[in-house]
Amino acid sequence: MSAETLEKAIEKKPAEALLSKRRKKLVTDPLVDENPITIQVLGICSALAVTTQMKPTLVMAISVIFVIAMSNFVISLMRNTIPGRVRIIVQLAVVATLVTLVNEVLKAFAYDMYKELSVFVGLIITNCIVMGRLEAFALGNKPYDSVLDGLGSALGYSWIILTVAFFRELWGSGSVFGIPVFDTVSGIFGPDFKLATNGLMVSPVGAFIILGLIIWVQRTKTGYVEH
Amino acid sequence: MQQSNTYIITFSVILTVVLGLLLSGTAQLLGPRQQEAIALDKKKQILGAVVSSEEIASMTPQEVNSYYSSHIGATVVDINGKEVTEKNGVAVSAENVDVAKNYKLPAEDRLYPVFIYHEEGDDSKVKSYILPLYGAGLWDAIWGYLALDTDMNTIGGITLSHAGETPGLGARITTPEVQSRFSGKEIYDESGELVGVQMQKGEGKDYSSEPHKIDGMSGATITGTGVNNMVKNYLGHYKAYIESKKSSQAVAAL
Repeated sequence: MSAETLEKAIEKKPAEALLSKRRKKLVTDPLVDENPITIQVLGICSALAVTTQMKPTLVMAISVIFVIAMSNFVISLMRNTIPGRVRIIVQLAVVATLVTLVNEVLKAFAYDMYKELSVFVGLIITNCIVMGRLEAFALGNKPYDSVLDGLGSALGYSWIILTVAFFRELWGSGSVFGIPVFDTVSGIFGPDFKLATNGLMVSPVGAFIILGLIIWVQRTKTGYVEH
Repeated sequence: MQQSNTYIITFSVILTVVLGLLLSGTAQLLGPRQQEAIALDKKKQILGAVVSSEEIASMTPQEVNSYYSSHIGATVVDINGKEVTEKNGVAVSAENVDVAKNYKLPAEDRLYPVFIYHEEGDDSKVKSYILPLYGAGLWDAIWGYLALDTDMNTIGGITLSHAGETPGLGARITTPEVQSRFSGKEIYDESGELVGVQMQKGEGKDYSSEPHKIDGMSGATITGTGVNNMVKNYLGHYKAYIESKKSSQAVAAL
């Protein structure tokens, strides 16, 4: 990872296009090929915890996108002034501040979400993806690139947890975004036909299974092998 | 690069001050809105004991506020069921009584708010009495509001909330499905003894003919026990008030 970032820093030219090929790669790479969850296996805990329903998962995803992009930006701005010996605690302070901001905003504007998510939002601090991107990228790259990199990782994280949440909510609660699907479908086929929900999907075990299946499908397609 | 200790300390101090100011500024800025949100949430919980959750979910915050103010009256009583209007020279109102803080006091020193659900705009036509509850679940605090019908015996409904019960297990106490199991149960037995209601161990049994038993939550027996203790404790604390209402109704009925 560090060799790669070094290389990128050297090949930089003045006046690079706002969305040059290299910068696009910063955003698109973590979506599939370098996905933080399925390839790097980071941030699994929250992927298991919040994904029982789509709605809280979406809020969680947005919060994580905000925290990763902003912390990457701030740390990258300060990268030449941060003392090397205390850099981890500095990163932690910045991340914790951003997470607290998210929590406060949720508390003020979406209190129901806040009640449901508050523990998990607090735990964004410990989401390995955040600190991982700060250490691996933001400390050695310019702010704009760092924001793109953060967005990429966060989006990679988001689409995975949203996919997991989609299947868990569908099979576990028979709905999508709180809209009952199973009941509607059952209604079409008459009163005797009833789609049953699976309680396993509501428990974290369900997330493990879905996540495993996603990783399986993905690795079959990309041919990725762990070294 | 290696910086001097002075640099590191200065950097840390500046960072701390900047982040600290940012956070306290946000808290100041959002504080009033958060207070509003908390107050609204409390109203929703109180109303939840008497109004169905779908109905509340479909209301806008303004509608909740106006529904609350036109349907809910409130009073504060002590352990003897006597109305309390001031404590230590400070006027008390039911909305401002913090049940969680009072929980730390000995039972006889606590203030007990009662929310009275009445017909729109007419507080003489009482429909039910809503009593706050507070106790301990498996991991953390649980609380709620229990609505008693005017016979002071039948449970009209309940809302339950929790701080940290296990998602999918104990946290199910917040679901309408579990809460609806309390409706129609009775707190007095045939001999007139206050016995309350108990969630049972296990789930899926039919307790519809047993007025004091409530179907439990599978995998969350300890949370269920916490709910039982909470309901029992608070019915005990409100007993004097409940009995006084009961007897006054008996007089009115004559």
